[in-house]
Amino acid sequence: MSVEIKIVKALKKYGDNTVISNLDLEIKKGEFFTLLGPSGCGKTTLLRMIAGFNSIEGGDFYFNDKRINDMDPGVRNIGMVFQNYAIFPHLSVNDNVAFGLTNRKIEKKEIASRTDEFLKLMQIDEFKDRMPERLSGGQQQRVALARALVIKPDVLLMDEPLSNLDAKLRVEMRSVIKDIQHKVGITCVYVTHDQEEAMAISDRIAVMNKGVIQQIGTPKDLYQRPSNLFVATFIGYTNTINTKLKNKNNKFYIEFGDIDVEVANIANDVKEQDVIASIRPEEFYLDEDGLVKGKIISSVFLGLNTHYEVKLDGVENTIELVQESSIDNIIPNDSIVKLSIKKEKINIFSIDGLSNLVRD
Amino acid sequence: MKNNHKFKLDIWGIITLLVVVGYILFLIFPLAMVLYQAVIDKNTGEFTLAYFSKFFSEKYYSSTLFNSFKVGGLTTILSIMIGAPLAYFFTMFKIKGKKFLQILIIIASMSAPFIGAYSWILLLGRNGVITNFFKGIGIALPNIYGFIGILLVLTCQLYPLIFLYVNGALKNVDNSLIEASQSMNVQGVKLFFKVIVPLIMPTVLAGGLLVFMRAISDFGTPMLIGEGYRTFPVLIFNQFMSEVSGDDGFASAIAIVAIVVTGIIFLLQKYASNRFSFTMNALHPIEEKQLKGFKNIIVHVFSYLVVGIAILPQVYVIYTSFINTKGLLFVEGYSLNSYKQAFSRMSNTIVNTFLIPGVSLVIIVLVAVLIAYLVVRRKNTLTNSVDVLSMVPYIIPGSVMGIAFKIAFNSNTIAIGGFALMVIALVLRRIPYTIRSSVAILQQIPMSIEEASISLGASKMKTFFKVTMPMMASGIISGAILSWITLISELSTAIILYTGKTRTLTVAIYTEVLRGNYGIAAALSTILTVMTVISLLIFMKVSKGDGLSL
Repeated sequence: MSVEIKIVKALKKYGDNTVISNLDLEIKKGEFFTLLGPSGCGKTTLLRMIAGFNSIEGGDFYFNDKRINDMDPGVRNIGMVFQNYAIFPHLSVNDNVAFGLTNRKIEKKEIASRTDEFLKLMQIDEFKDRMPERLSGGQQQRVALARALVIKPDVLLMDEPLSNLDAKLRVEMRSVIKDIQHKVGITCVYVTHDQEEAMAISDRIAVMNKGVIQQIGTPKDLYQRPSNLFVATFIGYTNTINTKLKNKNNKFYIEFGDIDVEVANIANDVKEQDVIASIRPEEFYLDEDGLVKGKIISSVFLGLNTHYEVKLDGVENTIELVQESSIDNIIPNDSIVKLSIKKEKINIFSIDGLSNLVRD
Repeated sequence: MKNNHKFKLDIWGIITLLVVVGYILFLIFPLAMVLYQAVIDKNTGEFTLAYFSKFFSEKYYSSTLFNSFKVGGLTTILSIMIGAPLAYFFTMFKIKGKKFLQILIIIASMSAPFIGAYSWILLLGRNGVITNFFKGIGIALPNIYGFIGILLVLTCQLYPLIFLYVNGALKNVDNSLIEASQSMNVQGVKLFFKVIVPLIMPTVLAGGLLVFMRAISDFGTPMLIGEGYRTFPVLIFNQFMSEVSGDDGFASAIAIVAIVVTGIIFLLQKYASNRFSFTMNALHPIEEKQLKGFKNIIVHVFSYLVVGIAILPQVYVIYTSFINTKGLLFVEGYSLNSYKQAFSRMSNTIVNTFLIPGVSLVIIVLVAVLIAYLVVRRKNTLTNSVDVLSMVPYIIPGSVMGIAFKIAFNSNTIAIGGFALMVIALVLRRIPYTIRSSVAILQQIPMSIEEASISLGASKMKTFFKVTMPMMASGIISGAILSWITLISELSTAIILYTGKTRTLTVAIYTEVLRGNYGIAAALSTILTVMTVISLLIFMKVSKGDGLSL
């Protein structure tokens, strides 16, 4: 059984300090939903309000049609995975996984068989009699997941579950989690500050900053059409260039010194104004006929790609440009290059950074 | 954790209220009674400050305040001067037989101070073994009685506390700090004063406070070896207990002065250690070095000498317990006669020595763990006040606690029996230490473990007993054993509250010493020491060599 989560006008205060206010959110049934943002943005606070470990100062939280504000965490039927796994160190792997079932009126036989089922599902059945201190980080993570899922919760809540693992294991566990969620078909709310992890794992992501949801969307939306400058810079890397938006015969251009570069998908009624252009490193490409001229300042070879730092004519700050590494030599510093830009990928933000002028 | 737990009348709310009621009844009420007696004239029933003016105007009384400060201050300074360098040597250098010395230090610190006092009398007193030996070769040793004796006994008894505290702090100093200093050519004595001393300063202050409090509130030592050098607790005891001139009002006034003084010192120490405090955590603890030549000899001589002096009284008491006695005198030959006599007089003393501290211990552990949980996990105004209340007995001298209980619960209105009274007094006196150590243990356990349990549907109580308690268990047990040791060697409260039926081993030893039955006293002391050593061995087994915190 999985549920749809609805949050209306959520309010969280610590003393007089308001951390979250007026937050609305709907999470679909069976969806893998991620709360993403820098530390202190309120994502964990929100997750713990859903779980019931943080008090709710205002607003309504629903699982389907059931209002859960005043329910104890123990009766919300949630599964929770913690950043430090929170494995009970005094109980064996088997007893850890069975713990939640022993709190329900379930027969011993049933407990054993359900515990076994999830131990197998998480591939930790061979460790069932071990104590947690003799498990690796990845194995502990699997125990934590099995323990959360075995009670057949309505929602699976995860608070930065992978941040204590090393990079390789993190990637591996990422797919383990995604797989399991898919198999069980459970609604899942996942908190992370790692945008790459969020993109890899989520159906939809809510990007949060300072207690406010900046944008909700699929990973592709967030990357390609961020709704404001914060999202553009938080998700992946982007070059931001302060420039002017010009309208010539109903075609829009941005100014690079003497040169105007065309941009696409801007509504006709947008006025000429100062703007911030956001152009990701891979949206520039070397082009003999390119209009934009620049000088290579430095380069970094990273295997698949080579990154160049380039000073463009008429642009104050240097920009980063990514090229697939070629078998030829790396372009030497101080070379003059000509560039073009994939115009349909450019995002143009109002000068305050709060809205995206590009529409699809 | 943020202060975000409003008071709720759930199971923890009820426990909070019960604890508050307990403290009001057994702490606030007796202290209020002491204050009441101190400012109300017994005959007229009117408000009076006469008792206080009597205390401060007559030098005979007020000098005890100065005497106590002198004893406390000098004991603290000497203890730090011996204990801190010893801990430094033990951490920095290889010393032969270090483990053995460490165990001796712990034993010395755990024994009852008045046993040390009486043993020093046997050694250095008018007819002491060492005194007579030097008299034989024509050297007259200085008089052990009075201030010098008290200072000697208390320093020997209390420098081990500083040693244990500082030793613990030095374990948290990272070796890289030492190496960094050495790379900048700061070495030896300079290293000690420029780097080590500032690092261990908060610990030294905390340990110093404990030493000072113990020194000024110790009752047995000045009573036995003071001979007219009167300190505070002696005065309170005499005023309260003496049948001829017993004056409850005056004793109460002195008690109030004592509480105010220790309270001020406690606050000063707290202020000072807050200013110095910082956290350390050693990734690589200091490695001990092998010293060579002259320095090596000095370090060894110093270590063995100070440990030897501290343990000497214990050893000598054990030795004398096997000497034959005739009447009050030790005579030639060895036997177990003292033990036989001791056992014949003990009646229920042994039972009491297990029963009273035993019952107290169970209550202490249970209540301390509950309070610690409230303080750490349910922060709100009410639990904060429980925290403060529970620390109050820390600054109240044992004898003051004794008379407060006697005044409050010996009247006709509220009468609580001897046994219960002694248990409650012991619980109150020891619980601050157990709460502090439980709080420390609890803070190490991440909140999320309990949340995991609750999210899996376990109730609050089930979470506490099935998850939190088992995780705290090893820390609680080792703390309990230490409490046990201090409880069986407690004297200053017991001496005021005991009755014929509730005589404990320490009270028995004390009375036998006063009567001059040194053989029996020695036998009883040996029994107490053996109990202490066995408890310590169990402690070391349980805590697997973890640091000793008091």
